[in-house]
Amino acid sequence: MSILVDDDTRVVVQGITGGEGKFHAEQMMDYGTNVVAGAVPGKGGQEVAGVPVYDTVDGAVEAEDADASVIFVPPAFAGDAVFEALDTDLDLVVAITEGIPTQDMAKVNKRLSETDTRLIGPNCPGIITPGEAKLGILPGNIFESGDVGLVSRSGTLTYQVVSNLTERGIGQTTAIGIGGDPIIGTSFVDALEAFEADGDTKAVVMCGEIGGEDEEQAAKFIAEYMDTPVAGFIAGRTAPPGKRMGHAGAIVSGSGTGTADSKISALNDAGVPVGDTPNEVAEYVEDFL
Amino acid sequence: MKLHEYQAKQVFADAGIPTPGSALATTADEVVEVAEDLGYPVAVKAQVHVGGRGKAGGIKLVEDADEAREAAEDILGMDLKGYTVNKVLVEEAVDFTNELYVGVTMDRGEGKPVVMVSERGGVNIEEVAEEDPDAIAREHVDPAFGLHPYQARKAVYDAGIPREVAGDVASILTTLYDLYEDRDGSDVEVNPLMVTADDEVIAADAVMNIDEDALFRQPELAEMEEEAAEDDLEAKANEYGFDYVRLDGNTGIIGNGAGLVMTTLDLVDYYGGKPANFLDIGGGAKAERVTNALDMVFSDENVDSVVFNIFGGITRGDEVAKGINAALEQFDEIPKPVVVRLAGTNAAEGREILNDELVTVEETLEGAVQRAVDFAAEEGDQ
Repeated sequence: MSILVDDDTRVVVQGITGGEGKFHAEQMMDYGTNVVAGAVPGKGGQEVAGVPVYDTVDGAVEAEDADASVIFVPPAFAGDAVFEALDTDLDLVVAITEGIPTQDMAKVNKRLSETDTRLIGPNCPGIITPGEAKLGILPGNIFESGDVGLVSRSGTLTYQVVSNLTERGIGQTTAIGIGGDPIIGTSFVDALEAFEADGDTKAVVMCGEIGGEDEEQAAKFIAEYMDTPVAGFIAGRTAPPGKRMGHAGAIVSGSGTGTADSKISALNDAGVPVGDTPNEVAEYVEDFL
Repeated sequence: MKLHEYQAKQVFADAGIPTPGSALATTADEVVEVAEDLGYPVAVKAQVHVGGRGKAGGIKLVEDADEAREAAEDILGMDLKGYTVNKVLVEEAVDFTNELYVGVTMDRGEGKPVVMVSERGGVNIEEVAEEDPDAIAREHVDPAFGLHPYQARKAVYDAGIPREVAGDVASILTTLYDLYEDRDGSDVEVNPLMVTADDEVIAADAVMNIDEDALFRQPELAEMEEEAAEDDLEAKANEYGFDYVRLDGNTGIIGNGAGLVMTTLDLVDYYGGKPANFLDIGGGAKAERVTNALDMVFSDENVDSVVFNIFGGITRGDEVAKGINAALEQFDEIPKPVVVRLAGTNAAEGREILNDELVTVEETLEGAVQRAVDFAAEEGDQ
């Protein structure tokens, strides 16, 4: 079992004619993802990676009965690409693009609140249900099917924790990279809610990082609404205030909000053990199961 | 990207926000000349990207030419929290009766811009925000519509701004929001917004930070970006296009992906070392980028060892290994010990390629970090 994606999910790749889009469309298909179409303005009628390309997302959805899209569109055009996806009846939109202007995302966020579509990202590695489907750029070979849900703000940190889990023989129901930007479609709370509702997810790992208050919100949600045990990791304990650590969202502001300490203590207060190392997180999960 | 005060004030003035008369100066003679033109008293203000300039001695109020020269000599060339002051803004001193605050920023939690107004502006606004948050009136803005005029008025009334200036303050707030939106601001604020005895309002300071991701469509502002007197290494990182932050430790760190690099820093600290830097080579890095990254870290004289931590998704272990070899083969003697940990895509091929005589290879993240911390401690002792 899984959340949000499985081997029935029919996927449109927005930006499939670009280098990244084509490469990852093929990688997704190799993994078993049901990629049914591409959408690129001006490229309708072509065929890429063995699937038909349409000029519009709507055209692709209508013709191929798609229910999810993955966006590999350059940052200047990606906000528009998300709007286009949200204006169809897709259930899920995954935006991989890094570097979308924040104000474009604020407008997307507003539109998102008026639709039933779920947006994951932007600036994220995507989502994978091991053995069934992946939407994004996650390396499929490190994942194993199993009982643990994983949600993370960072791509490679996700891979690290997954490999620590997989080494212990602990597989995953679904893993979601929610992205490192200040404004994102799916928050920790949204992902945790979905894992809590999934009968097959026996434990959850959440990997947060400095900046914002999403982890603190998640801690409140866990304390109030979750029976499924959660283990945590927070990156950025040694980050100095006022310096952006790579991700646009990973910054401790001058007034001290968004610190690792604040997130770790909020999670601990909610009964969530937080590992000092990624391997320690995997140990906690092993104890839960 | 941060604009300097003088740049932000120019943008504000062009948009119709009242600002004091001023000019930029880079020498003591220029400071005196500008001050004489403006008429005393004037403020001499360091133009560097640090907060709390006044408290740190970077702003001085002067009454005559001798004081102006003295202030200029003190401030020009001074080190302000790690930044060298090369320019000062010489500005008419405003005779004020009250200091207000107005600003616009993004509320991440709400995913919406927020405008803020306070009757208690001035140097302690951050303390006010912390101790008495109700003293700052806030209105969230629907980005699809922009700031409604009633919202600007409401924020001003809620903040208790005196009636005599309420209309002007609301109008300035509206202009600030328009600048925030049109110019892709991330933070746009005036603190203090001074009120004079005859009820005029005037922007005595100006902050305008621009979303780096939007600079592609703000060419005029992008041009204003100056090679700040930032650290030379950070300038070099900009040239190479790396996300780099210099820290004060001696274990150099290179990795891919912000979260994993931060985690590597945290582990260095956890195992008793001190991280020298944050360096993210990004996704899909090829050999040349890896070579540049090592060059970067070796350029930091504080570095006593380096840990290279790559978990390949779209980044390939064999490419990384080739880059590491290429970088190290240039040296007759490796400057500092390098520990490499490769995992994920083509990691086994990468480990095969790595030259054991040049680097120490570790299988696990924890092992690699501990080894690098040990090396740094040994080197540091020498």
